Amino acid sequence: MKTQLSIKSIVAIGIGSALFFVLGRFVAIPSPIPNTTINIQYAVLGVLGVLFGPIVGFLTGLIGHVLIDLSWGSPWWSWIVGSGVFGFIVGIVSKKIDMEAGVFGSKEIALFNGFQIAAHIGAWGMIAPGLDILIYSEPVVKAFTQGIAAAIMNGVSTAVIGTVLLIGYAKTKVGTGSLKKEN
Amino acid sequence: MAETLAYIQRKSLIHDLTGATKFLFFIMWSIAAMITYDTRILLALFVIGIFLFYISKLKWKEVRFALIFMFVLMGFNMIGVYIFGPEQGVEIYGTRHELFVIAGPYAVTLEQLFYMFNFLMKYLSVIPIALLFIMATNPSEFASSLNKIGVSYRIGYAVALALRYIPDIQRDYHNISKAQQARGIDLSRKDKFFDRLKNSAAILFPLVLSSLQGIEVISNAMELRGFGKNKKRTWIVERKFKKEDYRALAFGAILLVISIIVTFSDGNRFYNPFL
Amino acid sequence: MEEKFISFQDYTFQYRAQSEPTLKHINLDIKKGERIVIIGPSGSGKSTIAHSLNGLIPFSYPGESMGSLTIGGKEVKTLSIFELSQYVGTVLQDTDGQFIGMTVLEDIAFSMENNCVPQDEMIRKTREEAVKVQILEKLDASPHQLSGGQKQRVSLAGILVNNVPVLLFDEPLANLDPYAGKKSMELIDQIQKETDTTVILIEHRLEDALHMGADRIILMEEGEIVADEPPSVLFASEKLKEAGIREPLYITALKYGGCKLEPSMKLEKIQDLFLEEEQKKQMRQWFSYRKKEKKEEEKPVILSVEDISFGYTEEKENLSHISFTVKEGEMISIVGKNGAGKSTMAKILCGFEKLEKGEIFIKGRDIKGDTIKERARQIGYVMQNPNQMISKPMVYEEVAMGLLVQKKPEEEIKKRVEEKLKICGLYSFRNWPISALSYGQKKRVTIASILVQEPDILILDEPTAGQDFRHYTEIMDFLKSLNEKGITVLMITHDMHLILEYTNRSLVFADGKLLADTTPSTLFGNPELIKKASLKETSLYELAKQCKLDGKEFIEWFIEYDKEVRRKWPKPLHTSNENL
Repeated sequence: MKTQLSIKSIVAIGIGSALFFVLGRFVAIPSPIPNTTINIQYAVLGVLGVLFGPIVGFLTGLIGHVLIDLSWGSPWWSWIVGSGVFGFIVGIVSKKIDMEAGVFGSKEIALFNGFQIAAHIGAWGMIAPGLDILIYSEPVVKAFTQGIAAAIMNGVSTAVIGTVLLIGYAKTKVGTGSLKKEN
Repeated sequence: MAETLAYIQRKSLIHDLTGATKFLFFIMWSIAAMITYDTRILLALFVIGIFLFYISKLKWKEVRFALIFMFVLMGFNMIGVYIFGPEQGVEIYGTRHELFVIAGPYAVTLEQLFYMFNFLMKYLSVIPIALLFIMATNPSEFASSLNKIGVSYRIGYAVALALRYIPDIQRDYHNISKAQQARGIDLSRKDKFFDRLKNSAAILFPLVLSSLQGIEVISNAMELRGFGKNKKRTWIVERKFKKEDYRALAFGAILLVISIIVTFSDGNRFYNPFL
Repeated sequence: MEEKFISFQDYTFQYRAQSEPTLKHINLDIKKGERIVIIGPSGSGKSTIAHSLNGLIPFSYPGESMGSLTIGGKEVKTLSIFELSQYVGTVLQDTDGQFIGMTVLEDIAFSMENNCVPQDEMIRKTREEAVKVQILEKLDASPHQLSGGQKQRVSLAGILVNNVPVLLFDEPLANLDPYAGKKSMELIDQIQKETDTTVILIEHRLEDALHMGADRIILMEEGEIVADEPPSVLFASEKLKEAGIREPLYITALKYGGCKLEPSMKLEKIQDLFLEEEQKKQMRQWFSYRKKEKKEEEKPVILSVEDISFGYTEEKENLSHISFTVKEGEMISIVGKNGAGKSTMAKILCGFEKLEKGEIFIKGRDIKGDTIKERARQIGYVMQNPNQMISKPMVYEEVAMGLLVQKKPEEEIKKRVEEKLKICGLYSFRNWPISALSYGQKKRVTIASILVQEPDILILDEPTAGQDFRHYTEIMDFLKSLNEKGITVLMITHDMHLILEYTNRSLVFADGKLLADTTPSTLFGNPELIKKASLKETSLYELAKQCKLDGKEFIEWFIEYDKEVRRKWPKPLHTSNENL
């Protein structure tokens, strides 16, 4: 890496990974499919990507996912890389959305969701199953079916939760100048 | 609260090694296990791994829940592999010894059984070393270890911060979610799926916002104490390499090289008993 | 010895995001080895002074400065934040945020690590400073094993390792209980004496801060210095009161008693205070006006807790055999040091933790079987930090959320939400984003969002922590008004003023036991109980002793009189300028 990460980015990676870990490890929201849960950590990773950019997104996904896997016992590297790739791609959109401006309207919603869907497809529809086939010689159909299912589930949860969070965040940036008391 | 694996302080040969050694060893081991599909190598790694775990004086009961979890996960994975690729083994090994047919395209072949056994071993062979790395490495030492093997200290410190603040965030999550449950937010199966998703945002919103404020405070505190001032930094918890560290690393490297040589000596990463 | 080690000359600063300067033409000289306390209401610019000194301005908070600020003869503008950190060491308010290391050892060494100090020297120096701040036996402890006071001492050691000439404390008392705060001030006093560093301390709690002994108090208001005087001079005047700052209680008491205050009376510390016999007589005279009997009307019991025991783990009981009753319309303080079981008690009442042993009755009904949601319709819980409760960006949405998820009819929601918004004085802000509100207003939003469930009892965790006098009064008067409307209020708190001024009963917890169930004035008249509750003696008690009056009754009379006086004050103005 040529450009040095700022201190704020370092801290964002650290705190972001901790958040990713806690949500991914301890929070189980049942999904419509029996015995499976929704990964809400990707929604938060999406938010961090938009706020801090692709490098923070990549490292947060990577470190957070390694920590989750290690806390269970053993890492599954191909999906760890997938989390990093998701964080990276979704982070690219940070150049197109200025959250500090306090605007998150339909244009931004479309941009964010376009990127997050692309990121989930890239991560779970391509990278993770690709690596599964390469490393573990998994059956091609199995690897891709599993990946696409994950992409859809994660995409839906990121779309709902991530969008809600970003809209809320943008509203916290509104200045007081435009406000009037009402009776 | 669910159990997690964590560092357990103990006196053993493995614990005495520096964090950097254990990390590098773990990485080399993982690479070896990822590259190879050679049954002999996988079995050797597994046996050595079990032996090293034994030396570490960690106890089986300390890892039991993790093992159960991993076996369940692996079980589902194997079922998936069989459902989507019942002939994967035949494809890989190039022969077909059919034992019996379950139904339709689902036959059981010796090749498939052998492939799935290898698939399982690939996963199992990493577990003992992963457990050692997790449970015998002092997390305090981890950032300096990353730095020692060439990772930028900034990224090393990001990992340290993650480990430092996980308990804080866990506590915040717990408190926030209880307070929101009192207001009627429900994440269990009782509510509709999309309502559950939206409701979870009601917990995540305060958690994310307070974490963002935390990022600001922590970066100020670090800046005020000169983090990032120099190209290098020293570490108070860093441990010097000893003879044992070099030996362990040499052993890891040799294992890696051997496994690569044995794996590819016949031009194929699979060991094929059917030829 | 340099005459002026730190010098502000016609210094003005404006944050980039603001339309007006936050600091206006500041002129201030600070000598080496001086002890300065900077006070002022929220938004008066005192934190901005701190940020200008330690370099967070302009490195973290960009903006424009004019005039000059020099430290050790060097113009601050020409220094980097790293160079500045060799002059000024900062202890921040947030004890968790600034504890970066995984253990005490690592956190103390953090800045040395960044300076590439060799390991051996770091270990030696770390131990040395750990001894100085009395934390040596905890070197391997992680932050979760430490109390707030201990964490703060670690932070202090972490800056002492650099031998900085200036120690800057940004609201060091805000997160500590009174006893830990007192110890903290004594430690600063001792370290200052040993090292002859310059100490600059920014605080709301003036009386507690002065326990360390101060040479000068800088009083700030709206970005300007309105007073720069030794404590006794300032206390003899009315400037603090005019600025909306709470005077030390003994000073207020003396003024109520009609004593003429002179700087020569050594007003800065109650221990040093010198009173003439004439003045003592005056105080006794004032005391004699007190009304003796008080009528307590008998109210029905609303909450009754019977023999509760609880432990997070099997090994340790966090609460053991707790029993008490609460009557309708009471306002009760729950006190004790961190970890004594106060919060656990609250969580059990609200159903956040599962009760295993004991019983809880609300209006005579056993509530053991109630879910967390059902519990909330009887007992509402308000967290300390409003930001951790607010989950919607807009005021109306936030207050309505609880009813929305219960799928109540829209008409009913609107009616109930608007009613609560009116009670909480937020109706005219209903379409505002919450982020635009002041801390006190945010607090009221969280209370309104609990009130829509119409509980009979409210439990609040540290409702006023870290607030200045104005916000404190705003929040507490509001709670008082809710209480007068019939809501029973329980507050977990360390704030001695709150305990004395607003509650009629205190439950004292220590080591998981209910140590005392008594009136606040009895509590503050009992030195042993004070110590066990991690509080500190109030200066009123000391003053009563000096005047040969009964401590407990004197405290009671003071509070009664003070309430009367403050009732006549104009209502505090709303300020939307939050402290940066």
